[in-house]
Order: sequence, then structure tokens, then C-alpha cells
Amino acid sequence: IKTKDTFKVKLENVMYMGSFDDDFFEELEETLILSDLGVETSMKITEQLRSKIKETRAKTKEEVMAYLKEIIADMVRIEQKPWTTPMIILMVGVNGVGKTTTIAKLASRYKAEGKKVMVAAADTFRAAATEQLEEWSKRVGVDIIKSTKGADPSSVVFDAIGAARARKTDILICDTAGRLHNKVNLMKELEKISRIVNREGEGFTIHNLMVLDATTGQNALNQAKVFHECVEISGIVLTKLDGTSKGGIAIAIIDEMQIPIEYVGIGEKQEDLIEFDPLKFVDLLFE
Amino acid sequence: MIFEGLNEKFQNIFSQLKRKGKLNEKDIQAASREIKLALLEADVNFKVVKQFTKNISERAIGQEVMNSLTPGQQFIKIVNDEMTTLLGGEIERMDFIDGRRNVYMMVGLQGAGKTTTAGKVANLLRKEKKFKPLLVACDVYRPAAIKQLEILGEELNIDVYSEHDIKDPVGIAKRGLKKAEDGHYDLVIFDTAGRLQIDEALMEELVKIKETILPTEILLTVDAMTGQESVNVANEFNRLLDITGVILTKLDGDTRGGAALSITFTTGKSIKYIGTGEKLADIELFYPDRMASRILGMGDVLSFIDKA
Ligand SMILES: Nc1nc2c(ncn2[C@@H]2O[C@H](COP(=O)(O)OP(=O)(O)OP(=O)(O)O)[C@@H](O)[C@H]2O)c(=O)[nH]1
Ligand SMILES: Nc1nc2c(ncn2[C@@H]2O[C@H](COP(=O)(O)OP(=O)(O)OP(=O)(O)O)[C@@H](O)[C@H]2O)c(=O)[nH]1
Ligand SMILES: [Mg+2]
Ligand SMILES: [Mg+2]
Repeated sequence: IKTKDTFKVKLENVMYMGSFDDDFFEELEETLILSDLGVETSMKITEQLRSKIKETRAKTKEEVMAYLKEIIADMVRIEQKPWTTPMIILMVGVNGVGKTTTIAKLASRYKAEGKKVMVAAADTFRAAATEQLEEWSKRVGVDIIKSTKGADPSSVVFDAIGAARARKTDILICDTAGRLHNKVNLMKELEKISRIVNREGEGFTIHNLMVLDATTGQNALNQAKVFHECVEISGIVLTKLDGTSKGGIAIAIIDEMQIPIEYVGIGEKQEDLIEFDPLKFVDLLFE
Repeated sequence: MIFEGLNEKFQNIFSQLKRKGKLNEKDIQAASREIKLALLEADVNFKVVKQFTKNISERAIGQEVMNSLTPGQQFIKIVNDEMTTLLGGEIERMDFIDGRRNVYMMVGLQGAGKTTTAGKVANLLRKEKKFKPLLVACDVYRPAAIKQLEILGEELNIDVYSEHDIKDPVGIAKRGLKKAEDGHYDLVIFDTAGRLQIDEALMEELVKIKETILPTEILLTVDAMTGQESVNVANEFNRLLDITGVILTKLDGDTRGGAALSITFTTGKSIKYIGTGEKLADIELFYPDRMASRILGMGDVLSFIDKA
């Protein structure tokens, strides 16, 4: 199924006919749903565009496209928490979304900016999770605090914050094990980790980043809600946007929960991370 | 509203449609719209939803409404039956032939659960079929991917073939197979690196591995939380590799798992196992009827219908 061209092509066709009729709006809604925005958000956007066109009597394809992009970009443009150092970043999210890889990317970026970076291997559960982060820390060239498999992740974080303070680290990034949001015990464990970060991290800016795989469908809304209740998410990192998924569910999440996207992952290498740009993100939806 | 599923909405809509007799077009239109929304909220691919509901509506028009049911419930019953058939119409379990070496290849997107599932399948089939399994580590890209498989092997007491300094997955696969032959392993499972279906070079690598090991099963591992993209992923992996089956992971979450329908609908390939947790025992056979209920958002469709 090629979702890529259909909307643009349809838009062209509609323009030749010179009217934005129900077919056009239906096509738009389909395009949005196929990008994982979900029925509700897709309908909301379509309705907003409908009234905008009515109100402005927009006629050209360019005008309509510009309004559409504006509507969505306004939705996703949310104020970000300041990134002041010293800082602790806690990475959270469900299994396999890209938490550990994103830590490597962030570490590499901050290091290049001249910051002193440290990572903490607080996923003590998954097979070779620590080894994975350790390998990355070597490649990137940053310090790592780790423990043994099965150790209490909170204590790893506790130790790491102590070490970060002692070594005058600018940015400490803590990995956590992937966990599904409906696992009550695992979410309690995460709550505890976060409590330690808040308690021990006095003087540090604290960012709880939730990593979201762009391939994920509507379940991501549940994920975000429960994680947010548990640790108060300050921002989202949207990964795997180098695929053909559009990551539209992030728009639904932002719209509903007012959490900003901070970074976007576009590959598996340490340099494959870009800052979130609302307009570029919206462009991608209709590419 | 989202994730509530059909239950309540349907009760309301169809309590009004009490008329008995045959399903008419009007009943079906109203019901069909709700089904469409429910399927979209469950992440069934939009185009699949359209085609699927169209097929069903055509089939449903004129059907007798069973005495105990309202037209709406009758329609859901048809949807449920049809979906169950689609999900399991050609359900083939793993195909074991005595005396033949079973060669499995795990493929899929990044982070879907291939490595974990490789361990799970080896463990399960050793227990159920008394196979002597070997795991082969062909992911040379992800940091510590080999180590991950080795640790799983250690935990399960299953042998792992790996090469640490050689970044040649095809060569490793070849030598892994040789080791299986020499060591009389009758189940060999090849773990491969996660990759995007649009990554031509890496997809080509899978084709080469396939040609080298001639697998008896190519198992596409898919995260059950996948959204609209599941169709593109499944289609492309299937086109290039002619997969033999699908394993749906992370169903211990609360996703409705519409990807299951999208994939079977578009590829015709069946789901063989589901992953239901991070532990190595968390793997189960796939049951189409349970999946249909889950996608429709009704714990149990039949009990809903019984409430007539
Ligand atoms: N294509 C692509 N792959 C990515 C991206 N980010 C991460 N990955 C891959 O996704 C897979 C999972 O990444 P991890 O960083 O291990 O994910 P995780 O969230 O730490 O996983 P768990 O700790 O097991 O929950 C790996 O194969 C990564 O290389 C991205 O932006 N694009
Ligand atoms: N909850 C749950 N987690 C699972 C399941 N299957 C795998 N996982 C987790 O998902 C994450 C990714 O699993 P992996 O086996 O590393 O996935 P992969 O496909 O090999 O990943 P790459 O090699 O990076 O492409 C890990 O955290 C696993 O523990 C499952 O059925 N349920
Ligand atoms: Mg990790
Ligand atoms: Mg793997």
C-alpha cells in the first residue's frame, strides 16, 4: 500500500476541480489515520481545516496546504522544559522502543557540545542490557556506572547520582529496563527510581524522557498516560522515523497530554538524532 | 472513549434495532460504521478495514437474524466469525518432519523481539518435541546482540554458535549450519539483526542468508503494538523472503493487536505463536477466536451476543 503519493495526488486533482469537497476531506482523514493519528485526532484536524477554508475562502492548493500544516504544527508546538545543566535525564518506555540507543545518541551529542556526560546502566533485567550500554559508552567515550544483573535499579541510579556529583558531571543519563505500562509492579519500580532521582538529584534539572517508537499504533496513548502518571514525563523522543512510519500517534499524544517532542531518532548510529522541528515533522506526514 | 471497544457502544445502538427478520442494508450500514471505528482504534490497517467490512456487509445483507439476536448482534457475530476464519483459516502449526533438520530464521524490524523469541522457541520445542536446539547469532550490528543471545543460551542451557570478531552474517550463518550438522542438532534457530523493510542492502543480506541456510521456517516477528505500518512491513518481508509464519510479541500489554488482522489479511500467512512476556517461558500458541475478541474489544464476543 502506498500512502505516500495518494494524498498529494488527490490534492492536485481536487485543485483542478477547484473545490474542496467531502471527498477531499475524506481523503485527508484517511491519510491522517494511515499515519497513526487515530480517528479522533484525524477528525479534529479535518474539521479545523474545514472551518478554516470556509472562513478564509481559501482556493489554491498552496493556501490549503499551508493552513493544514499550520493547524498540525500548532498542535505539536509545545513549550519545552529548559535544558540547563547540571542535568539528569531518565529514559523510560516500553520494551524495544530505542531507549538505550537514544542514550548513546544523546551522550554523543552532549559530549560534542563540550559537556561532561555520564550514563547509568539501570536496566539490570534484560539479557546483555548493561553490556549494550557499556559498548555504547566506549564508542562514544563517556563514563558509565553499572552493576550486576538482577541488582536493584534504584541503587544503580543512586550510586550514579553520587558519582555524577563527585565527578562534576554536567549530564547524567539513566537507562531503565523496558516495561509495559500495564505491569503494576514494574511501574512501581519505576516510580521508585524516579523518587530516588528527585530526592538525590537536588540542584540538577530533571528530565524524564519517554521514548516512543514511531511504528506504534493507538496503544501509545495508553502508554503515555500511564507513564506520565507514574513519573511525570517532560518530553518525548520519537524513534525509528527513518522507516516509513509517520509517528502520527505522537500528535494524538501531544494534543491530549500537552507533552512536547524533544528529539527524533532517524537511524541506529550515534549521530542519527535530530532536534524536533514541528514543520519538518508535519511535512513528513504528507510526503 | 478509545480502547473501550465495542461493548457499550453496541449495546446502545442495537438495543434500538430490535426488529427481527433479515438483516437489511440500513442495519448493516449503522453497524458497519461502528465496526470500522472499533477496528481502526485497534490499529487494523485502514485499507484492510475498508475491504474487510465491505466483504462482510455484502455477505450479511439478507441473512436471517437468529431468533435470540438483534440485527446488530447478528452482524457482530458475522464479523467475529469471519475474522476468526481469516486469522486462522489456514492455521498451520509448525511443520515437523521426522529426521529432517528444522532450520528457522527470525526476521523483523528493530526491537520487535526476535532475539528473545528465538530463545523462547528453542526452549519450547526442546521441551515439547525433544529437539536438540542450536541458536546462531547472526546480528553483528547491534551492540551486545551476540552477548544477549549467549546469555539467553546460558540461562536455558542451550548451545549458541557465535563469532565475535567477524562481521559477516552470511558466513556466520553458513558455519552455524555446519556446526548443527556436525553436532547433530535437529533444530537450528538463526537470530538476525533488526532492519527496516525499506533498507535494501540489509534486506538483500536476509535473502543471502536464506539462500545459504535454506530455512524450513522463516518467522516474521512483529510487535503487537504496531500501528498502520504493519501491512507494509509484512508485505515487504513476505515479498522478498516468502515468510512461512508470523510471531506476534508483547501481547501481555493492553494493545488490541489489530496488526494481527492486517498481516493475515494481506499476506495470507498465519500467526504461529504469540509472545506474552519478557521471560523465556512466555510463549503460547496463537488462537484466532481469542484474537478476534481482543481486536473487537470485547473480552468475549459470544457472551456479549448471549446478552441478547
Ligand atoms: N531504524 C532505527 N532503529 C533504531 C532507532 N533507535 C533504536 N533503534 C534500534 O531499535 C532496537 C532497539 O533499541 P534499544 O535501544 O535496544 O531499545 P530499548 O528501548 O533500550 O530496548 P529494551 O531495553 O529492550 O526495552 C535496536 O536494534 C536499535 O538499533 C532509530 O531511530 N531508527
Ligand atoms: N513484555 C514483553 N516484552 C517482550 C516480549 N518479547 C520481547 N520482549 C522485550 O522486547 C525487547 C526487545 O526484544 P529483543 O528480543 O531484543 O528484540 P529484537 O527484535 O531482537 O531487537 P533487535 O535485535 O534490536 O532488532 C526486550 O526488552 C524484550 O525483553 C513479549 O512477548 N512481551
Ligand atoms: Mg534498553
Ligand atoms: Mg535482536
